[in-house]
Amino acid sequence: MHRRDFLAAASAAFVAPSLSLACAATEQRFVVIILRGAVDGLHVLAPCGDPAYAAARGHLALSLEGQSAAMPVDGLFALHPGLPHTLELYRARQALFVHAVATPYRGRSHFDGQDVLEGGGAHAHQRRDGWLNRLLALLPEGRAIAVGSVVPLLLQGPHAVTSFAPAADASAADRLTERIAWMYDEDELLHPLWADAVAMRAMADEIEMAGHGLVRDASFAAAILSKAEGPRIAVLESGGWDTHANQVERLTRKLTQLDAALFALRHGLGSHWGSTVVAAITEFGRTVAPNGTGGTDHGTSTVVLLAGGAIDGGRVVADWPGLQEASLLDRRDLRPTIDLRAVLSTLSAEHFAIDPGRAASHLFPGLSDTILPARLVRC
Amino acid sequence: MTGIMQMRAPQERDETSQGERWRHGAAVALNRFGLGTRPDEKPPQYPRRWLLDSFADYRAQPPELASVGSSDQLGARYLQARQEYRAMRSAGHGGARMGRPTKILADRAYAVQAQARLAAAAATPAPFVERLVHFWSNHFAVSADKPAVRALAGTMEFEAIRPHVLGRFADMLLAVERHPAMQLYLDQVKSMGPRSAHLAGRAHVNAGLNENLAREILELHTLGVDGGYTQSDVRELAKAMTGWTVAGFNRAAQGPPGRFSFDASLHEPGERRLLGKRYVQSGSAQAEAMLMELAVHPATAQHIATKLARHFAGDRPPPALVDRLTEAFLGFGGDLAAVYHALVSADEPWVSPLTKFKSPWDWVVSAVRGLRIAPGDVEAKHLLNELDQPIWRPGSPAGWGDTVHRWAGSGALTQRVEMAVVLAQKANPAAAPGDMVRRLLPGTVSERTIAAIEGADSAQLGLTLLLSAPEFLRR
Repeated sequence: MHRRDFLAAASAAFVAPSLSLACAATEQRFVVIILRGAVDGLHVLAPCGDPAYAAARGHLALSLEGQSAAMPVDGLFALHPGLPHTLELYRARQALFVHAVATPYRGRSHFDGQDVLEGGGAHAHQRRDGWLNRLLALLPEGRAIAVGSVVPLLLQGPHAVTSFAPAADASAADRLTERIAWMYDEDELLHPLWADAVAMRAMADEIEMAGHGLVRDASFAAAILSKAEGPRIAVLESGGWDTHANQVERLTRKLTQLDAALFALRHGLGSHWGSTVVAAITEFGRTVAPNGTGGTDHGTSTVVLLAGGAIDGGRVVADWPGLQEASLLDRRDLRPTIDLRAVLSTLSAEHFAIDPGRAASHLFPGLSDTILPARLVRC
Repeated sequence: MTGIMQMRAPQERDETSQGERWRHGAAVALNRFGLGTRPDEKPPQYPRRWLLDSFADYRAQPPELASVGSSDQLGARYLQARQEYRAMRSAGHGGARMGRPTKILADRAYAVQAQARLAAAAATPAPFVERLVHFWSNHFAVSADKPAVRALAGTMEFEAIRPHVLGRFADMLLAVERHPAMQLYLDQVKSMGPRSAHLAGRAHVNAGLNENLAREILELHTLGVDGGYTQSDVRELAKAMTGWTVAGFNRAAQGPPGRFSFDASLHEPGERRLLGKRYVQSGSAQAEAMLMELAVHPATAQHIATKLARHFAGDRPPPALVDRLTEAFLGFGGDLAAVYHALVSADEPWVSPLTKFKSPWDWVVSAVRGLRIAPGDVEAKHLLNELDQPIWRPGSPAGWGDTVHRWAGSGALTQRVEMAVVLAQKANPAAAPGDMVRRLLPGTVSERTIAAIEGADSAQLGLTLLLSAPEFLRR
């Protein structure tokens, strides 16, 4: 369904709350993957059927023919060829995409954008805790783990969480890299160069150590989420998505890795996959048009990937604004038509059988409109 | 020296002629004109005056260069080593296992000279003039690829450029073109007049003539590529310069080995024409006269003015500044101090403090100065090799480029940050990193950079971030 039907959707969301309570019988798992760097949603799930697509995207446009053809999922969208397992999940109705989504943040700083993404505020530095930590307070037994040496803002807050790094990774070098990225955040020359350098180093690391990074973390998360006394919520992080240069090659690598991570989660969770929701989110999207270095610059709206046995999948949920220049935001970005907070609030409410109004006000204070065009979690 | 213009005493003012107040005059004087603030330097209250006054503190032969051999000595020793090696080889001794003595000598001399260069840059009380030495050294670039040039590259900067940096361009030009390093680099030593006494009767028209040096003199050192010279001019200059050689490197040349010498038997006889003018001098004076003319040619003035404007005011040299410097150059007959005076007095170099991206050399020197690193604690040659700007080895006579595109890339940035880690470890900082950055970059460092540095959980990390800061990567 691509066109919003207010009345129908509204009535569907509010009818029979008792039905959603019945879904709380088994133990729900929730995995959030933070993709840091502003993922190009148009490259992950490409609106190939949009008449303005090819011209707008130039050399970044995915083709539906040839060796690395994008894989159509419906009449409008096609999935990047690096995501075959995800496509398989989609066809098994266990994956769903939401497109033209954005948080309220309209700046171009990664750090501030991620602050809004994780904190759940209306603007940067409004919240000192993460919406996922606030969700824990609403659950009967909210046990969560951050996979990585540092607890991200998403899980910070009054509710205790654990963190674990499967291998010694956050070295002094990584800390320095992070700080430098922050220091360069506003420098037009240095920021993209550093993003490039970091991505190249990450690629080199991955080539050196197979099964490193996100895939390893996903396997670990699946294993620990499967344990009876283990946590039920996990957060994974993946960087290197800031494709100012070399986007085609770089995103192919990154998406292949993400695809493998989803596979590792599904495989590792086994029978628990049926009550699992995975959400891969990013702080904002990228420009529609390519820049001069084979990549894109910071934009606004992007895609959200939801996967899991609990997902009511096999659909793309979007109120598609189109790619004609007149439809673009500031004449450069995909116009956002869905608030990411509404997606996450609805997802949390449906998956954990929480009253939607309560979920919204607790997770995203100040969020008024949580109406989505469709249900996300199966029941 | 024609005095068409009068040198006016600079009126010190803390505004540009447009009336803009600039609070960053000290930072520009210290970091753009200079080589980077040293913590013991107080920010000058009158930056323009400070720069011009520093001319008096400049030493062509500072103590840091005392241990470097002269080109005379090194040239002679190089030739001796070559001779001994050849003798050994023909006698059947010495093989692949032995390092060539010439290469060993050259590498050692190069390392010593590179180290001395860094030490002089770190200690100089006249950083603006020292920067100009580096500028001219790059303008008259040799590349230390061949061992013979490698042994002597630094000596050219020390002997031909340093003494003339505050003098006349013509004198610097002559000294450079006659220096053994340049003669060897551009194959002048091999050049022989086709009708010279030495070649009389042998081979055809232009045999024995080498045009490399002549071409680069016209294209790179004086007129510039659009300066309006022809291939015929290149050949005429080359012919005039025949006889200019280095004894010992040309079998015909006489004189003390390793020194510039004029050998009349190699000289092409007769009058020459360059840019439409006749030169009837005989011997060495012929090419000298040509160089003197080239040195004060309007195209030369504009070429030099453009490069200076690019170096001190921005990657796109402001046309008004280029005009002003050209005028000063021509008005004072190529008197370089007058040109620098015009540069300092102009507004353009002062208006945007961080517009130039530092070359690796710039950055290393500013780091050594700012963090009070003892030059003996670092290996200059190694540092600059790691940063892809090997000292005196640009790979081409055009020298190193002077725009952001030459130096700013993701790989280069990574190298700098890695090097920042190393340099931070050798620091002898005068204060905590947060205070240091304010002192080194007065009025030009952002809140974000200060926050990043002050938020570091160790002084090491803080200093590394300081050296990597956007404002420290620029001047």
